[in-house]
Amino acid sequence: MIKFNVTDRYDISAGRSFMTNLLSLVAGLFMIGLVFLFLGVNPFYALFKIFSGSFGSFYGFKETLTKAIPLILIGSGLTLAFRAKFWNIGAEGQLLMGAIFAAWISLFLGDHLPSYIMVPLMFLAGFTGGALWGIIPAILKIRFSINEVISTLMLNYICADFLTMLIVGPWKGSTRFGFPGTDNFPDSAILGLISGSRIHYATFILSILCAVILCIVIYKTRFGYEARVVGENPDAGRYAGIDFLKTTLILMIISGGLAGLAGVGEVAGIHHYLGYPAAVSSGYGFTAIIVAWLAKLNPLLTLVSGIFFAGILVGGDAVQISLGLPAATVGIVNGILLICLIMGDYFLKNKITLTIAKP
Amino acid sequence: MRGISKSFHGIPANQDISFSIESGEILGLLGENGAGKTTLMNILYGLYQPDAGEIRINDAPVRIHNPLESIALGIGMVHQHFMLIQNHSVLENIALSHKDTPFFFPTVKIREKIENFSASFDFNIDLTKKVWQLSAGEQQRVEIIKALLNGADLLILDEPTSVLTPQEIKELISILKEMKAKGHMVIFISHKLDEIMDICDRVLVLQKGKIAGSALTRDTDKISLARMMVGRDVVFNIQREKIVRGNQILSVEHLNVMGDKGLPVLKDISFEIFENEIFGVAGVSGNGQRELAEAVTGIRKAESGKIRINDRDITNTSPRHIYDQGVSHVPEERIRFGIAPGLFLYDNAILKQHHLKKFSKRYFLKYKDVKDHAKNLMDDFNVSAHSIHSQIRNLSGGNIQKLILGREISEKPQLLVASHPTYGLDIGATEFMRNHLLKLRKTGSAVLLFSEDLEEIFELCDRIAVIFDGEFMAILDSGDSRLNDIGLMMAGSKRI
Repeated sequence: MIKFNVTDRYDISAGRSFMTNLLSLVAGLFMIGLVFLFLGVNPFYALFKIFSGSFGSFYGFKETLTKAIPLILIGSGLTLAFRAKFWNIGAEGQLLMGAIFAAWISLFLGDHLPSYIMVPLMFLAGFTGGALWGIIPAILKIRFSINEVISTLMLNYICADFLTMLIVGPWKGSTRFGFPGTDNFPDSAILGLISGSRIHYATFILSILCAVILCIVIYKTRFGYEARVVGENPDAGRYAGIDFLKTTLILMIISGGLAGLAGVGEVAGIHHYLGYPAAVSSGYGFTAIIVAWLAKLNPLLTLVSGIFFAGILVGGDAVQISLGLPAATVGIVNGILLICLIMGDYFLKNKITLTIAKP
Repeated sequence: MRGISKSFHGIPANQDISFSIESGEILGLLGENGAGKTTLMNILYGLYQPDAGEIRINDAPVRIHNPLESIALGIGMVHQHFMLIQNHSVLENIALSHKDTPFFFPTVKIREKIENFSASFDFNIDLTKKVWQLSAGEQQRVEIIKALLNGADLLILDEPTSVLTPQEIKELISILKEMKAKGHMVIFISHKLDEIMDICDRVLVLQKGKIAGSALTRDTDKISLARMMVGRDVVFNIQREKIVRGNQILSVEHLNVMGDKGLPVLKDISFEIFENEIFGVAGVSGNGQRELAEAVTGIRKAESGKIRINDRDITNTSPRHIYDQGVSHVPEERIRFGIAPGLFLYDNAILKQHHLKKFSKRYFLKYKDVKDHAKNLMDDFNVSAHSIHSQIRNLSGGNIQKLILGREISEKPQLLVASHPTYGLDIGATEFMRNHLLKLRKTGSAVLLFSEDLEEIFELCDRIAVIFDGEFMAILDSGDSRLNDIGLMMAGSKRI
């Protein structure tokens, strides 16, 4: 009879942590390979295509960085929320709300203000929009004990439909020939790009800055300490006199606000108008959950994991075009990697020994 | 059991233990926390497999793979925490565990059986009552009936008296005596010497996973058992100096508090505590002690009444404000309230003080000072851990408790609220804790001590309140002879 003994692992070294994550990724890639095989594609070729598409060429890498911007912004904000065990699944909605606020500012004020006022104002508005959308589930949770997973998830749909309503209704542009979508933003509200790429540098710098600052917030400040205590043990938080409402509000303002900033970057840096929700974001709010998780909830590491997953998004586009695979392939790839990482965590925290007992 | 050994993570919990038990015998299993008593019994009950050694029943070697097999072999166990379904009736709970329960209408057949059975043993239980309506003693009897109905010849009781009132303990003893007369065997696990001497025929002492000795109770005495248990002489009486008490620190007037279920739990409580005084609240747990501690420290809202510290009203202010008035708190469930398990030792060393100027400057924590503080705490309070960078969850319960106590008294509190500070600690750690409480008393602090351990209450307290059902039955000086009736007061049948 084979028996598995599961015991807690006490000392987790950095090396073991790294190896476990690496092996999880390899296991994930293996399973993804099986999926490709099932789709009738040579798995080695497909995986090669994914990574050569995103990291193999200068053009591809620039695309990868472009997509890494929202992932890093949202992902680093999520590390903070997840540290406090506030499961914010609503970054997608918070991103869209940021985009809506930015569009509002640019459409109604953009013609009258110069760029150096307009751009900061848009970021401010985007942050506010995302933060407001993030505050709602925080209040619902603390005041009415409503599960934040449900409320944040549902708020995504509300925001997406609200956005759709705006672009087919009151904000529908006169230059769109009847198609849904706002007019293009005025020039003063367009973010500058690094030449020869689609990298909007203001947001790019902002994302790196945010990751660094959040790292300091989590590990060095009183607020970060309180958030970690609340996440580790809410009862101990209450006992220690931590104000739950205040802590949760602040962390959701930050987490939602950063998602809002990502929304600003998308509409003002890339699309230059507000279109359908799926066009604005392509699921960054969800992918960022995996980004935060792969970074082990360390904001600084989202710089690495954000670029890695952006690479998979870009590479996914590449295999779509060159191998004719369905668009959902990228979703499958992401999902498998997340599951493998979470499973790897189990093996990191527990020691499993196998004993074969004679019957 | 012969030559039983078992280790976890390479640390031996049981080493080469052999003993036997005969029919009609009550065997006491004595040892400090972590001596390996529960591990040994879990092996016998089939929850663990021994690494070496064998179990023989009626001279035939057996292997017990799981509790079902041990029940079939006539072994029953009553755990320290009862394994009953709170929302089901007594009858349903018994039917659930019984091996011959029919699939349809399970309770009908069982009822008859139980009634015959409990008549012969003088168990006094209303079968239709839901388990949550029963007292701890009654729940324990249900557990015993469960085991006996399944044909248990050998009954293992894990710390059975820890949740009972003195009266209930007497009832338990009489049930055990009856079982003994009918030829059943009982293994009685405890770390309380008095009970072992009272109840058992023979006693087996474990120390650090090995047998430290065994004796017939009629041939031995408490002192030598205690020596076997801890491996050295134990001083039973801590010297409490006479100190004249100082100014009033805490005053509670007509306090009413609701419990978790929205029912009134504390009813019109009033008392004061003074400097240089330890005020003990004795009682069986669940009579409002937790709610009182939480109300005083600000975690729970008071419905009416006044709580004052140094004449300043702190009723229903925030826990942090109350802490800043000099009220520290060693909470009842230390793992649940006292620590953040995944954080480091040094993070936990400042859990309630992180907002103080000492440890934080504007928005930032001064981690260098925090770490120094944690190192000092570890040295001053004998916290043994790998380093201040250890995750607190890897520390033993005793070390966590020492850290919490150290943290709470390092800032020289005016009032320390200590809930069961020595619960589950071994004798060495208990002595350490008690001495620290007395030191606080000497240096002018007031202590509000909650404990179920009467020995502790009598040793430490200047005045003793007995709580029952949310009311004080009496507040007496420690020398008062009326304290002889403390058991009756704890059970609510006497008020002074």
